[in-house]
Amino acid sequence: MATEILMPALSPTMTEGTLARWLKKEGDTVSSGDVLAEIETDKATMEVEAVDEGILGRILIEAGAQGVAVNTPIAILVEEGEAVPDQVTKSAPPAPAAAPAASVAEPAKKAAAAPALTPAKVAPAHGKDRIFASPLARRIAKQNNIDISKLKGSGPHGRIVRRDVEAAASAPKAPVQAAVAAGETRTVPHSTMRKVIAKRLTEAKSTIPHFYVSVDVELDALLALRSQINALAASEGEESFKISVNDMLIKAVAVALKRVPAVNASYTNETMILYDDADISVAVSIPDGLITPIVRQADKKSLRQISQEAKDLVKRAREGKLKPDEFQGGTFSVSNMGMYGVKDFSAIINPPQAAILAIAAGRRQPVIKGSEIVPATVMTVTLSVDHRVIDGSTAAEWLSAFRSVVESPLNLVI
Amino acid sequence: MSQTNFDIIVVGGGPGGYVAALRAAQLGLSVAVVEANHLGGICLNWGCIPTKALLRASEINHLLHDLPAYGFKADNISFDFKAVVARSRAVSGKLSGGIAHLLKKAKVPVFNGFGKLGELAKDGTRKVLVHEKDAVTATLSARHVILATGARARKLPGLEPDGKLVWSYREALVPEELPARLLVIGSGAIGTEFASFYRNMGSEVTLVEVAPRILPVEDEEISAIAQKSFEKQGIKVITSAKLGALSKTASEVSVPVEAGGKTQTIVVDRVISAVGIVGNVENLGLENTKIVVDRTHIVTDSLCRTAEPSIYAIGDIAGAPWLAHKASHEAVMCVEAIAGKTVHAIDPTKIPGCTYCRPQVASVGYTEAKAKEAGYKVRVGKFPLAANGKALAMGEPEGLIKTVFDAKTGELLGAHMIGAEVTEMIQGYVIARSSELTEAELIETIFPHPTISESMHEAVLAAYDGALHF
Repeated sequence: MATEILMPALSPTMTEGTLARWLKKEGDTVSSGDVLAEIETDKATMEVEAVDEGILGRILIEAGAQGVAVNTPIAILVEEGEAVPDQVTKSAPPAPAAAPAASVAEPAKKAAAAPALTPAKVAPAHGKDRIFASPLARRIAKQNNIDISKLKGSGPHGRIVRRDVEAAASAPKAPVQAAVAAGETRTVPHSTMRKVIAKRLTEAKSTIPHFYVSVDVELDALLALRSQINALAASEGEESFKISVNDMLIKAVAVALKRVPAVNASYTNETMILYDDADISVAVSIPDGLITPIVRQADKKSLRQISQEAKDLVKRAREGKLKPDEFQGGTFSVSNMGMYGVKDFSAIINPPQAAILAIAAGRRQPVIKGSEIVPATVMTVTLSVDHRVIDGSTAAEWLSAFRSVVESPLNLVI
Repeated sequence: MSQTNFDIIVVGGGPGGYVAALRAAQLGLSVAVVEANHLGGICLNWGCIPTKALLRASEINHLLHDLPAYGFKADNISFDFKAVVARSRAVSGKLSGGIAHLLKKAKVPVFNGFGKLGELAKDGTRKVLVHEKDAVTATLSARHVILATGARARKLPGLEPDGKLVWSYREALVPEELPARLLVIGSGAIGTEFASFYRNMGSEVTLVEVAPRILPVEDEEISAIAQKSFEKQGIKVITSAKLGALSKTASEVSVPVEAGGKTQTIVVDRVISAVGIVGNVENLGLENTKIVVDRTHIVTDSLCRTAEPSIYAIGDIAGAPWLAHKASHEAVMCVEAIAGKTVHAIDPTKIPGCTYCRPQVASVGYTEAKAKEAGYKVRVGKFPLAANGKALAMGEPEGLIKTVFDAKTGELLGAHMIGAEVTEMIQGYVIARSSELTEAELIETIFPHPTISESMHEAVLAAYDGALHF
């Protein structure tokens, strides 16, 4: 019997995703566990495995389709010799639109395929990505040069009606429009990740009362310890390792969180949540955004364990292969821009966490010790704090603990 | 012991109240209706429906007297006036029973009696006391109360209906015999419908109006066509009229009417006073609330909320236009808002109005004059029914369809119709106006042939490229 393969929910928050690629084609035999397709969600690219076996009878959603809602049928699996129905049940929801990006990418192809003889000018039928707007709203929008696709409808089922357009027409023009350069521009459709970043960070920065505390930390002792540790490592083979400064700072953050646990917390409307484990989210930049894989229980792990885990997480993050639980649910974030030589910066809190540490580059500079000027490697770290959870003195106390751990780095190995 | 505490209590069982109750029940809310007289209210018992039954009879009488036009011959045409009236009552009775059945099916209890607002209890519920002949027969409570008590005929000093010689709509609906001479005061929907009924049954009818034209809320052109048609039918129409004091004998009424600088005394057997209506705001216990009453209507916001939280007013009691379909629509909107659904406030310019005189009149939105007054540059299209095949085939060539568009946006600002069956057709324009269609969609719409409704299409074409058949 024909069965539908549905768009899976690959994470608890996933409501839609992009069907990135089919790894099987129509007619292919499928065994349970075979990878059928790759799906790009808000966070990562993940594989869809077959549950049943059979023949991939029909692909309902083409590769590249964006915004495919969870539970939309994406393909039909049939038994050998079985006819392929157009759809399995009449009540199946309609397949979502093919990606607009695809039609932009291949206009030439489409045009070539069109019949050479085009009779009269025929208004195009509405595509599936149609905008629901009244004819009057469309006309008034056109007369006022308003992009109707940017409006939110207040009519039945969100239909854009005259009052919505009139409200937009009377609204002050956004300064952004003036800022658009006169020269040629091109538009890049938002990736799912870009949309999530925009939404989450806007929400974080506009709803969390941030404040920032900075401190300078001397790195020389830590750098010296790192050299000693790395010197112990085998140069290759299973026993080889190379601890990075970042690995040590992750550990230092975890140790500091253990010393000042009030920072390892979350704010909710009803209560404050305090975490036992120091699960450190590490910001990793990837081609179209960033992601924060988590080094769990970093306080309990050795530098070598942290180093191996972090390396693996970063690698898979850049390949888009992280599992949801590997980037969801940390308790504290670290963003390190030291490798870019930045002097200092402050970061936006990654909710529901209450703090994030922004780590800048270590710089050689003179410091006064006693009555002498001596050279030292100094880095500025800035803690961004949710004031609903953490007060200034607590933040300062935590930074002081962090500095003391970094400047006496044996704390990281005991 | 039956249930006394509800989510919603609706006071009044007319087209506002009973519809509110049915919608509330559909949405799973517990609801009760308190009704003092008849389920269905004025509309069903003393308004819309019984008048339509009478007008159908008068239309048949008109056709019977026009038989030669269709090639028929008949002699000694007569009618039993009591049977005509009895039929009208039977139609109302049947529908009122139908509403009782609908409410029963929806498990909505109906409390017979006069509902009065009581105090607000500590738990946020409102008491509603049901009175029957001064005795409280039930004490109910609810989180929300919808007032839907309707309206009644306005009584002008000197023109008070006496139930014998001077009638309100109520007596005019149940006449014992056909008056030979009738004066109708007021040419709104109610006045013109009675003028039409009695004239088509054979009474000598005079219709007086203080405004410069009959059907004063309609487009001027429509009023003019209506007046011409009425006069052709033998109705004497006096506009810009000033009425003097009535003098009555045992069987006659004399009314001095001044118009155009001349005063004439009109002597008739009966007078119908149809000079507007007033809201039923008395004895509702409004003094126990913050509800604001402006003249005889409860002041509400666009979602029917009164100044007192959790008390709503819908239909005639909440003000003009006094139309059953406005009451029913407000009922649904009000209940859905209570249930937390997304609702849209009613735009009065999207409420159609229908008058069932002969010829019928129907309209929606701005008249040409009102559109200009509002600052629109308009495009107007007109199409006479005399150019419509179906109207001619039916022997009903009298009438006009008129459209008013915003020249700038193509918005259908208003539509005005007079002629056969126009009350059944106006919804086409109402849908266009509610859905914000422009002339383009209306022009692209295929209207069926042969129908009178083709004239609606032509009236749109006339406003733009030009009508095809005129």
